[in-house]
Amino acid sequence: MASAYDREDGTAPPSHGGGAADAYDPNYVPDSVKTFVVHLYRHIRDKNVYEIHQMYEGGFQRLSERLFRDTPWPSAEAVAPYCDGDHVFLLLYRELWYRHAYARLSPLTASHRSESWNNYCDLFSVVLHGVVNMQLPNQWLWDMVDEFVYQFQSFCQYRAKLKNKTDDELQQLKQFDKAWNVYGVLNYLQALVEKSMIAQILEREKEGLEQFTATDGYDYEGGSNVLKVLGYYSMIGLLRIHCLLGDYHTALKCLAPINLNQQGVYTIVIGSHISTIYHFGFANLMMRRYVDATREFNKILLYILKYKQYHQKSPQYDQILKKNEQMYALLAICLSLCPQNKLIDENVSTQLKEKYNDKMTKMQRFDDEAYSAYDELFSYACPKFITPSPPVLDQPLTNYNQDAYRLQLKLFLYEVKQQQLLSGIRSYLKLYSAITISKLAQYMEMDEATLRSILLTYKHKMHAVDSNGKIVSSADFDFYINEDIIHVVESKPTKRHGDYFLRQILKFEETIAELEKVQLD
Amino acid sequence: MANEQAAETYTVEELVSVNPYNPDILNDLEIFVNEQVSSQTYNLDANLSLLRLYQFEPDRLSVQIVARILIKALMAMPAPDFSLCLFLIPEHVQMEEQFKTLIVLSHYLETGRFRQFWDEASKNRNLLEVVPGFEQAIQTYAIHVLSLTYQKVPRPVLAEAINIEGLALDKFIEYHAANSGWMIEKGARSQLIVLPRNEFNHPELKKNTADTVPFEHITRIFPLLS
Repeated sequence: MASAYDREDGTAPPSHGGGAADAYDPNYVPDSVKTFVVHLYRHIRDKNVYEIHQMYEGGFQRLSERLFRDTPWPSAEAVAPYCDGDHVFLLLYRELWYRHAYARLSPLTASHRSESWNNYCDLFSVVLHGVVNMQLPNQWLWDMVDEFVYQFQSFCQYRAKLKNKTDDELQQLKQFDKAWNVYGVLNYLQALVEKSMIAQILEREKEGLEQFTATDGYDYEGGSNVLKVLGYYSMIGLLRIHCLLGDYHTALKCLAPINLNQQGVYTIVIGSHISTIYHFGFANLMMRRYVDATREFNKILLYILKYKQYHQKSPQYDQILKKNEQMYALLAICLSLCPQNKLIDENVSTQLKEKYNDKMTKMQRFDDEAYSAYDELFSYACPKFITPSPPVLDQPLTNYNQDAYRLQLKLFLYEVKQQQLLSGIRSYLKLYSAITISKLAQYMEMDEATLRSILLTYKHKMHAVDSNGKIVSSADFDFYINEDIIHVVESKPTKRHGDYFLRQILKFEETIAELEKVQLD
Repeated sequence: MANEQAAETYTVEELVSVNPYNPDILNDLEIFVNEQVSSQTYNLDANLSLLRLYQFEPDRLSVQIVARILIKALMAMPAPDFSLCLFLIPEHVQMEEQFKTLIVLSHYLETGRFRQFWDEASKNRNLLEVVPGFEQAIQTYAIHVLSLTYQKVPRPVLAEAINIEGLALDKFIEYHAANSGWMIEKGARSQLIVLPRNEFNHPELKKNTADTVPFEHITRIFPLLS
């Protein structure tokens, strides 16, 4: 499994020949870049969000593709003359510069990573001290938080692979030991959340005292959206980091101000939407709240299925597809541990069967093969866990980049093992409406005490404790024991007539609208 | 000095919520764990914050404190707190003998094997005794799982789950008959204890939500109705 886990996020950067890199002159600014900088700077000054977004999503990608496939963009110092040397603009430019470098140039040195860290510190400090008077597209602000967390994760992985580091690289690690410090990373995100007062804003919005979601986070009264929206996305950044650290309880707590049952600013940018649900679902899976995980995975997978075609040209398209696949794997795990077929949309169910039917059949058994299927899916779909503590460089050098992942995997498989016998119980009990303990024990070839334990295990594992401490059932069927007799209560498939009619009404309306468009000659 | 005074005016709960990512509160959090032990209180958020700080600074990890956190987490069952803590404790630390014992104990509780649990617990008194209220907390958990499962539980099954027998058990049942609505019946082979009705051992009590349509869903067709 380790090999599958080893891949980097995103597509592998193209290996670049020495030639192009040698020819790179950080001070040379092609005309097209001059124009790009001049225009982007002007649009930012004019708070023209639409144009900024066009240049950010379109122009930057096109120029990168054409001129900087395997070299960095010109240095910030070199483009300074084209933006009046504006300090904040150059911080934003550098953020793009490093993001581009991370995506395309590999491997990055500790010194590069450290410089990028310093740039984030400068950028976030400027934002936190409230001197930023800009309006930036949500997409860009999301990418900033997302990239910040990604670079932190990437740095933790990098410094944990000590075995093949050269003396020079080790020297650099020592020299830049302040970079990407875990306290710093968490405290910047936390400070953005607090300083932006985003939790209070969302609370006030519920009472109708303030608008945030309704304006997609933008400020149409001359103010800036940067701090507020960065604060908002930082909650999702914290959710992700706590998942990477294995702290699922705190992860969900950080997300609590956002109500997932409603449209929100997190759904505007598809990357943020997916990251939110992926980590929310994963944390719930690890906390044994299978129903919550299943419900949200189902919703987002249906959404991706419907809308992915509109994102084909987006630079995030590969990421969308990858997270999509991973979430199907997580959904397969959830449903194998806790069957909830009535929660799954037909279309999602069809996709799931296509991808994982064999594996899911295997996971219903309780042998080594079932075990390895769980192992495989988990390893493929889990986040890239990190060990946050810095390396100890005066001891024999080993790689510890897989330690965190191995621990989470081991504990997850431990949980699977505890639930191993439950699928057997399920298939037996579904055949009866009442059966004595002694008879069932005989069929299952075990003693009565063991059977009673398994029945208790089923009840315990299929009842989660929700975030308010309330016990909620996630059982697909119910039973109770009266002295020595097990009574099985068939849960009738609930027919949701209301929902069905609502959906048909909408579909019918759509069809009529389509028909009205048809022009008959 | 000024800092110390400032810190004193905050409770540990406030420190955790105001400034959770701060190595300087590590000692306060350790003291707070001991306070939870002696005052029989519990604060998962604070304990997770401490385990997180240990994760960031492995040199400062105290095995004794971690053991106390884990025992407290066992007592919080059926909540998954014990696993939540393990997720944050490095594997090589989990290899220590006392943690292995606690992991085995947790395994027995998670899989409803109470006889094995009490056997193992009695062999490790010195480890568990440190935390007052341990036995009662586990008994409460056992009764919780039994109440999810049984309408009427045979006396020996109850006795095994809570590790009480004979006269003491009579008293225990009497107490719960007076305070928690237990009843006693004669069964075919033994006394039967009738546990209070809830939606888990009486599935018919479950509210039927099948044919209600949430308001948000109706709003989708508002544009068509107008």
